[in-house]
Amino acid sequence: MKGEKKKKIVKTIKVDADKCNGCRACEVVCSAFHAAPKYSSNNPARSRIRVIHEPLKDVYLPVYAGEYAPAECAGRDKYTIDGKEYDECDFCRASCPSRDLFKEPDSGLPLKCDMCEDDPPQKEPLCVQWCLNDALTYEEREEEVEEEEVEREKLEIGLESLANEYGLDKIIDTVARMSQKG
Amino acid sequence: MRYAETGFNLEIDLSRGSIERVATDPRLTELHLGGLGTNAKILWDRVPPEVEPFSPDNLLIFSTGLLGGTPTPGANRTIVSTFSPQTLLMAYSMMGGFWAPELKYAGYDKVIIRGKSPDLVYLWINNDKVEIRDASHLQGKGALETAELIREELKEPKAQMAAIGLAGENRVYYASIEHGRSSASRGGIGAVMGDKGLKAIAVRGTKDINIARPDEFIELCNEVLQYIQYRAENPIKGVPPILAGIGSPQEMAIDDEQWHTTSFAWGNARHRRKDFWTKEIEEQWKKTQEKAVERLISCHNCPMKCGAIVTYPALGVSKYMMKCYSKLTYTMAAMSDLDFGFRIAGHAQEYGVDGYTTPQVMAFAVELYEAGILTDEDLPGFPSDNEERFFWLLDRIVRREGIGDVLANGVYWAARHIGKGAEAYDRNTIKKHEQIPIKLGMLNPIYYIMWSTGEKANITQIEGQLPQAPFPTRELREEFVKDWIQIPTGKEEKFKRFILDWGEPGKSFPDYPSIDLICDLVDWQETMHYIDDATGVCAGLSSFPLKPPYHIHNLPNFISSETGMDIDEAELSEIAKRNRTLLRAVNIRRGMRRKDEKPPEDHWKKRFPELEAKLLDEYYKFKGWNNQGIPTQESLHELALDYVSEDFLQRGILTDDEGTPSKETSAEKEKK
Repeated sequence: MKGEKKKKIVKTIKVDADKCNGCRACEVVCSAFHAAPKYSSNNPARSRIRVIHEPLKDVYLPVYAGEYAPAECAGRDKYTIDGKEYDECDFCRASCPSRDLFKEPDSGLPLKCDMCEDDPPQKEPLCVQWCLNDALTYEEREEEVEEEEVEREKLEIGLESLANEYGLDKIIDTVARMSQKG
Repeated sequence: MRYAETGFNLEIDLSRGSIERVATDPRLTELHLGGLGTNAKILWDRVPPEVEPFSPDNLLIFSTGLLGGTPTPGANRTIVSTFSPQTLLMAYSMMGGFWAPELKYAGYDKVIIRGKSPDLVYLWINNDKVEIRDASHLQGKGALETAELIREELKEPKAQMAAIGLAGENRVYYASIEHGRSSASRGGIGAVMGDKGLKAIAVRGTKDINIARPDEFIELCNEVLQYIQYRAENPIKGVPPILAGIGSPQEMAIDDEQWHTTSFAWGNARHRRKDFWTKEIEEQWKKTQEKAVERLISCHNCPMKCGAIVTYPALGVSKYMMKCYSKLTYTMAAMSDLDFGFRIAGHAQEYGVDGYTTPQVMAFAVELYEAGILTDEDLPGFPSDNEERFFWLLDRIVRREGIGDVLANGVYWAARHIGKGAEAYDRNTIKKHEQIPIKLGMLNPIYYIMWSTGEKANITQIEGQLPQAPFPTRELREEFVKDWIQIPTGKEEKFKRFILDWGEPGKSFPDYPSIDLICDLVDWQETMHYIDDATGVCAGLSSFPLKPPYHIHNLPNFISSETGMDIDEAELSEIAKRNRTLLRAVNIRRGMRRKDEKPPEDHWKKRFPELEAKLLDEYYKFKGWNNQGIPTQESLHELALDYVSEDFLQRGILTDDEGTPSKETSAEKEKK
């Protein structure tokens, strides 16, 4: 079946590292927004954005928490950009066992940026609102995406997971056996 | 639960090696808020006036402000207090940056250091884990280099650092405590840290700070951020660019230095160079600054960019961070240029010395040499090149080598040690402490009171919200008062009238404005500074610039919504007055009196001794102090400071008959 083109809003935050002055207001307000009740406490260690900063190397890099990674990757390379050396990890959004970034300090559970989902919705994520120097800007982008093929039924999804576990042949044999008994 | 503050102090005794976490009394927060206020209270209670600054019984207090580390924009100041080896009075210095917020995230409002360690150590505060660690391998290391080495050693790149350099270790009377982004430089507090054998304090914290009424509070924060943006787009018209915006003076962003270079004095606070700023200089300095400044940087949770990463290599590091005005202090003291300023400032920062005092001490030495008071015998090998002379002197001062040992005590003490007329070259100290070098024509009666009575011994810590000269046109005056919302309740008419009339025929210094208005104006500015020093909000967003985002009308709401205490404008003003009076009481008990309260003799060419005496009389009266500047029993009682009265009576500082002259104590004694 041929997929149809469909319009979709993609929420993005653009990071202009050259404009970052390292004030860490993004970390402060992120942690405050995600406190319960909202703004009742703050603690950058709980923030879903962190500014990687090494002032004497002029490295200032805001990074957002992304997917949880159960294991370390092999990335241990160094990148030199405009004469400044970055660790590969500096650009990585993962909450990962190799570092203490993007983990709840008490439980160690992973943190992930949710673009400040709120009801009523915020006009922009809080980190963007509090970044008066525009190192962080919010952008909604309309993208045309291939419409997914027909929504699959529950049965198919269930069967697929069984097939993944037991192999398709075994499923077919089982179904055949069951129908003979019928 | 305590809100905004943590409710705990760390008490460290370096003689015994003990570490205690002590709960604080919430009543003290109600009386003094925090920061400087509670520091003054602790010093009053625990350090008797007989204690010498270099005694194990002297305390060195690192404090957060009451609002420090919360989302309150710009609440990040570290307030360091102790007794100064130079002035023998309470030393009071602060720094921006990230140190105080990190301390609060670690769960403490203050670190109180007493005793002396037999060996050089550093303190490592990591949430509940606090260690005193060996620092013998860091001896002699630069302040920034030390910070980097400790971070590596602890494998904790996020640790915030406050460290001393060689100057602090060698107890130079104007040694600073360096934090990289900022420094607490005034009064020789770095020397006290060195005397205690403490090389650095490293802090890392990952705990929450709680807010009492979050919804109300976050609205206030958003309003302040909006006003900051508004002020960025609406600079004050009719004043030099350096005074038109908010924040610290934007020295790292602005390269037009006409105002500083032509208004302030060069050399040993000697020369005005009114024609200095030429087209050629402007272009040359612009190039130098563009080459030097790599990135403008901020302090914790503040959108202003008052500092910079500077690419001039210093002793142990390839770059350093500069705050606002130190780019010009060395430049102007050495009668040199901006390139020299950037070169020497990095070295000075690694050594850990005050950027105001140090250049002036060196300019003083150069002048004594030129006058033949210091000779080649005193300065063997003194270079002939002017810039090299400053590097030469700096190297000797921080090591207390030869003449450096004398100069390391600052201009006041050095002049008296050297003798042979050197005292006449001590032309820019107040209360034995070097001031910003300003030499002007006509007495400014408002500034006369501020220079005389400001106990933080630094004009920038008392001035701020008033234009420094009348606006040139009626139109500009009207424009300025139109949206001047920062004025305290009840004073609006008076203060606006002053700005509107100031500069009209017959309305000029020294007879204008009236003394009672002058008292009101000075008191307002002073009050705002004392509030900031207790809350930890940066003066750059509050008490220091014209039309700041924080003022007497929104600060009570910040404090109330964050802490849950309900205080209004009148109550907040009273707390500021209490703190201000207590700080004065601490110094009065150490011997400070009216005779110490005077600007340098040549500060203005035109002086008016009778008027000046009257100004001081009236301001003292206005503040509730007697004619020696000592708070009266009555005013102490009104401020719930009866324990101060009792102490003063016991010591004979106050008598029941307040006409009797009072006894003088330790700051009186001249040292050997």
